[in-house]
Amino acid sequence: MTAIDWTRATKYFLLWDFLVGFKLGMKYFVRPKATLNYPHEKGYLSPRFRGEHALRRYPSGEERCIACKLCEAICPAQAITIDAEPREDGSRRTVRYDIDMTKCIYCGYCQEACPVDAIVEGPNFEFATETREELFYDKEKLLENGAIWEAEIARNLELDAPYR
Amino acid sequence: MADFFYNTNLGIFLLVTLESLLVIVLLLVALAFLMYADRKIWAAVQMRRGPNIVGVFGLLQSFADFIKYIVKEIVVPAGADKPVYFLAPMISLIFPLIVWAVIPFNDGWVVSNMNVGILYILAASSLVVYGVIMGGWASNSKYPFLGALRSAAQMISYEVSIGFIIIGVILSTGSLNLSDIVRAQDGNYGIFSWYWLPQLPMVVLFFVSALAETNRPPFDLPEAESELVAGYQVEYSSTPFLLFMIGELTEVVFMCALISVLFFGGWLSPIPGLPDGILWMIAKIAFFFFLFAMVKAITPRYRYDQLMRLGWKVFLPMSLGWVVFVAFAAQFGWFGGAYARWAVGG
Repeated sequence: MTAIDWTRATKYFLLWDFLVGFKLGMKYFVRPKATLNYPHEKGYLSPRFRGEHALRRYPSGEERCIACKLCEAICPAQAITIDAEPREDGSRRTVRYDIDMTKCIYCGYCQEACPVDAIVEGPNFEFATETREELFYDKEKLLENGAIWEAEIARNLELDAPYR
Repeated sequence: MADFFYNTNLGIFLLVTLESLLVIVLLLVALAFLMYADRKIWAAVQMRRGPNIVGVFGLLQSFADFIKYIVKEIVVPAGADKPVYFLAPMISLIFPLIVWAVIPFNDGWVVSNMNVGILYILAASSLVVYGVIMGGWASNSKYPFLGALRSAAQMISYEVSIGFIIIGVILSTGSLNLSDIVRAQDGNYGIFSWYWLPQLPMVVLFFVSALAETNRPPFDLPEAESELVAGYQVEYSSTPFLLFMIGELTEVVFMCALISVLFFGGWLSPIPGLPDGILWMIAKIAFFFFLFAMVKAITPRYRYDQLMRLGWKVFLPMSLGWVVFVAFAAQFGWFGGAYARWAVGG
């Protein structure tokens, strides 16, 4: 005959664990919610956050991209397609800069590879679309993103610069 | 006018129909908000917000879900036994609804003031298990079938101990009428006159059995999400699924009402001097629903053998022993007659 563990038996019949659990539950019940009220509240984003791509311009309005194709070469998902031709003034520029956002894995290598900080991944992550075609970004769309997000992108690059 | 409603057949028929409609409509509207409350409480314990988009504070969430269920397509499995397949959800909604006929909301406020109210409840709520087992079997699929078997075994096991616990209450009341049971709890000490004090261990047992009976967590094995997806409801969609959900929730609220009536004095006021009334009944139901929701939030699921062990080896002997104890206590007037408050005769 094994000895009866009276403490355990008493706790079992008094539903001790249940009462402790209830107390703990009530403690969390009155705590502030951990959930962010998403569309109205947003979480903190690091300056290194890799979101939607953008092509930047110099303050003069000149495109930064010099069509070196380093981003195209390094892209592990082969999401970037670039065609380049000399412009009328003889400078080397892209005529086509496409990113297939459905292929992109948001690794940030394009941004790392770029010698002139032209292609960057901005802080925007809310670019869901209704059709697949809308996610095949072209040069025009990327430059437009650059115009929209330039202030934040510039700030993020500046904040992150000491660590690069 | 009163003569027409009380003494002619047509009048009685109309009166009962109107009363039933009143109870059912109010109950279903209340269910919508209780469903919402359930989700909110569960969310709050997990530090989430819960539904908060549809309507003010998300109050209309249940109505949005209702519309969504209604407009979805009904998918019937190819091998299903159609008549039984569609009968099952109806059974599991109708039986939890009809038992409300004998619940007294206030002194005299009861659709059917029958003498054998408790027998009626036991009979009707036992039939709910047919809805479950028919649903599982008629789907002609293995997961619903397994879920239905589990559910049926579980509901039957715990019905036994619920029956014995109720017998304890009946013995000390001497009546099967739920209104009489509430009246027998009326005393000079308010909350301390109710049956929960003399029947204390059985209140806990009844609560836990009610959890198991209604397939609520921690006894939600029939629809264990991790193994069985949704138990006997796997093959159901749209409105039939909605009927199952409403039926299940109706049963939960009914169990809350039954605990309030049997052990917590129904419409009686807990503080002597305050007026009795339906508000106390509603408050008690709401309180027990809160406990049901909290249990869902704080307990992990039981294993099947643990469930069966608890039902047959702990609850059944305890409630059986309690019946014997109450029988002696009531007969010989032990504890100052706390167990012998006979409403009728002696």
